[in-house]
Amino acid sequence: MSDKKNWPLWEIFVRSKNGLEHRHFGSLHAADAEMALENARDVYTRRSEGVSIWVVESKYITASNPEENGEFFEPAADKVYRHPTFYELPDELKHM
Amino acid sequence: MNIKQQDSRLRGNYILGIADNSLILGQRLGELCGHGPSLETDIAITNMSLDLLGQVRSYYQYVAQLSGEDKTEDDIAFLRLEREYKNVLLVEQPNTDFGYVITRQYFFDVFHLLLMQELQNSKDETLSAIAKKGIKEVSYHKRFSGDWVKRLGDGTEESHNRIQNAINDLWSYTNELFEMTEADQQAAEAGIGVDVSKLKEKYYNEITELLNEATLEVPETKYFHKGGKHGVHTEHMGYILADLQYMQRTYPGMKW
Repeated sequence: MSDKKNWPLWEIFVRSKNGLEHRHFGSLHAADAEMALENARDVYTRRSEGVSIWVVESKYITASNPEENGEFFEPAADKVYRHPTFYELPDELKHM
Repeated sequence: MNIKQQDSRLRGNYILGIADNSLILGQRLGELCGHGPSLETDIAITNMSLDLLGQVRSYYQYVAQLSGEDKTEDDIAFLRLEREYKNVLLVEQPNTDFGYVITRQYFFDVFHLLLMQELQNSKDETLSAIAKKGIKEVSYHKRFSGDWVKRLGDGTEESHNRIQNAINDLWSYTNELFEMTEADQQAAEAGIGVDVSKLKEKYYNEITELLNEATLEVPETKYFHKGGKHGVHTEHMGYILADLQYMQRTYPGMKW
C-alpha cells in the first residue's frame, strides 16, 4: 500500500440480472482489486441486487470536464430534426 | 421418558452444541456494528453476523419443535442460564483488536465449513437442509477471514505483529472444537451428527498452510482450554449474555 492512511477509491458496476448491462452502483475504498470485489459484494449485493460485479480503480476513469459542458453538450439542444418527432404514429403503436 | 422423547432430547442437545457457536459469535460480531475499522469492513462483519444469526434461527426453531414443550426460538436464544449454553470458548473471546476479530473468525470458519460439509449428509433432513444452505455463507466467511489473515500477515510490521499476537493467544482455544461430548458421540453413532474428531487433521493442515503463506508462525503451544461444550465458560460469557438477554429479561415476552 503506497498510502497507508487511505485506500484508493474504486468504482463499482453491478449487473442486476443476466441479460442486463452492468450499471454504475457507487464507489468504495479497497487496497486492491480482490478486496474491492469483496467489499462491493458486501456493500452493494447483500440484498440480492446482483449477479456480476466489475470493479475499476477510479483513477482509470477519464471524465468529461464540467467547465466544457457548453461545447460538449449544448450544440445538441437546438437540433430538433435529430429526433424523429415529425412522424405521425398510428394509435395502435405504444411505447415509442 | 419414552424412546421418542429420548431421541428428541438427544437431538436437541446435539443441535445446541452447533447452534450456540453461531449465536455467540454472531453476537460478538454484532458488537462491532458501527465500530469497524472502515465502512466496508464494518458492513462485511455485520453481514457475517446476520448470516450466523439466520442459521441460529433455523436451528433453534427446530430445537423448540423437538422439545415438545410450549417453547419458541426466543426462549432458547434468550432465556437459558450461562451453564446451559454449549458454545466453544473460542467464539466468546473479545474483540480485542481487528487482528483478534479476524483470527477468531478464521479459526472458526475453517472448522465451520468442514462441519457443514459433513452435516449435509446427516440422516436428519432438517439438519441436512440447514447445512446445505449454510455452506455458501460459510464459504464466503472463510474466504473473507482467510484473505484478511494473509493481508495482515504479510502487510506492515505492525499488522504482522498484531495478528501473530492474536494467533498465539487464540490458538489454545482451537482444540476444543474437536472434542466429542456425549451428545456428539450419540448423534454421530445415530448417523445424524458429525464425528468432529475426524476433522482435526484437515483443520490443522489447512490452517498451517495459510499461516505459512501469510508469513506467520504456527504456535507450538500444547496446552488447550476447554469447558464451553459442557457449559463451563470464560469470564467473558456473563457479559455477553447480559447484553444478549437484557431485553427479554427486562420485558418478558416482548416482541419486535
